[in-house]
Amino acid sequence: MHVTVDQDRCCSSGQCVLTAPDVFDQSEEDGLVLLLQDRPDPALLPKLRTAAALCPGGAITVAAEQVEEVEA
Amino acid sequence: MSVVDDISFPAPRESGCPFDPPPAFRRAATRISLWDGKPCWMLTDYRDVRAVLSDRRFSADTRNPAFPFLLPGQQQLRREKPNFLRLDDPEHARLRKMLTTDFLIKRVEAMRPDIQRIVDETLDAMVGHGSPADLVAEFALPVPSLVICDLLGVPYEDHEFFQRQSVRLLDSTIPPQDVRAAFDLLIEYLTDLAATKHAGSTGILAKLAARDDLSAEEVANNGLLLLLAGHETTANMTSLSTLVLLRNPAQADRLRAEPELIGGAVEELLRYLTIVDTGLPRVAMEDVELSDGLVVKAGEAVLLILSMANRDEELFPGATDLDVTRDARRHLAFGFGVHQCLGQPLARAELQIALSTLLRRLPRLRLAVPFEEVAFRNETLIYGLKQLPVAW
Repeated sequence: MHVTVDQDRCCSSGQCVLTAPDVFDQSEEDGLVLLLQDRPDPALLPKLRTAAALCPGGAITVAAEQVEEVEA
Repeated sequence: MSVVDDISFPAPRESGCPFDPPPAFRRAATRISLWDGKPCWMLTDYRDVRAVLSDRRFSADTRNPAFPFLLPGQQQLRREKPNFLRLDDPEHARLRKMLTTDFLIKRVEAMRPDIQRIVDETLDAMVGHGSPADLVAEFALPVPSLVICDLLGVPYEDHEFFQRQSVRLLDSTIPPQDVRAAFDLLIEYLTDLAATKHAGSTGILAKLAARDDLSAEEVANNGLLLLLAGHETTANMTSLSTLVLLRNPAQADRLRAEPELIGGAVEELLRYLTIVDTGLPRVAMEDVELSDGLVVKAGEAVLLILSMANRDEELFPGATDLDVTRDARRHLAFGFGVHQCLGQPLARAELQIALSTLLRRLPRLRLAVPFEEVAFRNETLIYGLKQLPVAW
């Protein structure tokens, strides 16, 4: 599983931090999304999908192809 | 599309449940005619509303001649330098980014003890005055007003003035020139305040006033947006939510028994009530195809009905019922896309603290008048209550 963020699309709504605080934070300088880990525990996948769906700017991408690999 | 319907805004809710969206909104994508004869798409489908709000081919800029104003009074407020809600990127992003750090999740979380103190003191005062009381005047309005005044650096002592003018600014029943007069008074007030704040005081207004790249007009316009959004919306959500819980005692009991549900319950109340219900206006800058083959052409105006989108049965089964245990986080009550409410972490914290404190401290809270006598705000652009007489 691979997570990426696009700061240019971030509107600092904070939905990602509320949903998956282990993976996302906000910069104290400009409020933009910070990715704390780009290959988080696969168990977090449902939360990460929710965070991506809730992001008003569409700034979060979750690629889950590698989940099977990790699980295998 | 040949059918053009006339709908007045705010649309009346006289039939049925006052918590349900106005009956005029109960239909699929419709071509409507606004007060000035301007044709406009009214979109109610969740997918369409969310798609348009996330699509930068739709403009929120009030300076666009095609921009749909819901009321003549609102058109009076068309500005050369609008607040950031009424601008597109990059102008919108430039202004909004000046404020994002004030609404960081961590920042708002750190404010929770202060918000709890304000809620406790306000409730102490209401209880001290004795039962019955008007929950709007004595609790729902003072709490967010005190919070946003503190954050902005606006003296709370002036609240009667700016609350009265704010209500006029959103009133659909007064002459357009009176709406304009209310706006001018508020801008003058904030301009004067920002000029004095510049001298080193704290708060968002002082921070904006100290910037070299903002004019006094921009400081006042954006300060007014925060002041209005900071107290009108949260105050009305607090009073309407209280009334809904009084009308749904089983839901209120559930929240009392399991206070940890308050976070989800607030999302559900935001979804269910959707107080910004008159429609978010946008203009298509290019031809855009939406669901079911509907094409909105370049230059056409659209109104996005958030309250109907939030009653989507597929996403929220049993959507016409309040269910505090529902996962309602995909609601659009704060909008969506780049303009989604900047203050939403603060609104959530205030609603969670205000409602849970009210439920805990006044377990016998009840309506002090028959439900039919509760005065709803049917004539303003943000739905809510004029008064909420309660006893305990």
